[in-house]
Amino acid sequence: MSKMEPHVNAPVRPRPKVDPRGPRFGAAVTTVVLALALVLVGSTLGTVLIAWQTLVFALGALVGLQAQPYGWLFRVLVRPRLSPPAELEDAAPPRFAQAVGLVFAVVALVAALAGATVVATIAIAFALIAAFLNAVFAFCLGCEMYLMLARLRRS
Amino acid sequence: MTGLWVLVVALIVATGLGLWYQRVNGRIREAGVQDPQATRSSGLPQASDDDPPASIEADAPSAQAVALSEALDGRLGDRATMVQFSSAFCQPCRATRRILEEVSAMVPGVNHVELDAEENLDLVRELDIRRTPTVLFLDARGEIRKHASGQPRKADVIAALGDLMPDSGTPDFEI
Repeated sequence: MSKMEPHVNAPVRPRPKVDPRGPRFGAAVTTVVLALALVLVGSTLGTVLIAWQTLVFALGALVGLQAQPYGWLFRVLVRPRLSPPAELEDAAPPRFAQAVGLVFAVVALVAALAGATVVATIAIAFALIAAFLNAVFAFCLGCEMYLMLARLRRS
Repeated sequence: MTGLWVLVVALIVATGLGLWYQRVNGRIREAGVQDPQATRSSGLPQASDDDPPASIEADAPSAQAVALSEALDGRLGDRATMVQFSSAFCQPCRATRRILEEVSAMVPGVNHVELDAEENLDLVRELDIRRTPTVLFLDARGEIRKHASGQPRKADVIAALGDLMPDSGTPDFEI
């Protein structure tokens, strides 16, 4: 039996941090954009909205959260009106969520451009559910899927 | 307009999912009896306080306890151990770590061990860990007695440890 030794932590690597309210705000804007895209799916405006959201996800996932337009909106318009954040949060999970959103948005965009409205509708609906869960319940669907994906990948 | 209907259905589904998630997330549950060969057919028996699971009294450690003890590598607490599985893309892992660190500092003989799920994928598969954070509550012998997936509340953690160590003053296994 071991002695009463202090608990041991996993090694902590330095990572970029974000105000946790930023990604939440972004998810709320994403929810509204995707809701409009869903109602307008099949029309030119619907496709433009999907293309815009695809670009937003791509910037957030590939460049970083600081390059994500809704994050920029939060920093410029919203954050100055709020009290400073209680604490900062690791940027990796919300960035991963952007990558998951990007996958659905690309499927929706390709389908919309190809005229496959049903596929586009389903893909947008999934992205909308994920964004809504993040905005309202602070539940990161992409992050939850991560371990199951890791288990599949290396089995 | 089909899109509008899909929107309404998607929002209802998302709200349902979110409410369900809020209910079950972080809730601490009883683990089944740990010997899979002996109890496979009986499903997940509840380990209640007045009826301790047979495997606790019994002789050999379960396969799960053996697999865990390798990963713990001597970090098993004298009275109980909280094993937290974390991953890189996990928002609530940090808050969970803080709660468990506070509790382990407060309750003597209780260790908090954080394992990276990706570095322990075999163990993750063996224990069927599906989410991070997942917290396992081990008794003094290293058997899994309770588990929670998602960030548990501090009061629930303290209560769960109390269940695990009924004789908080003088642990009977030391006499």
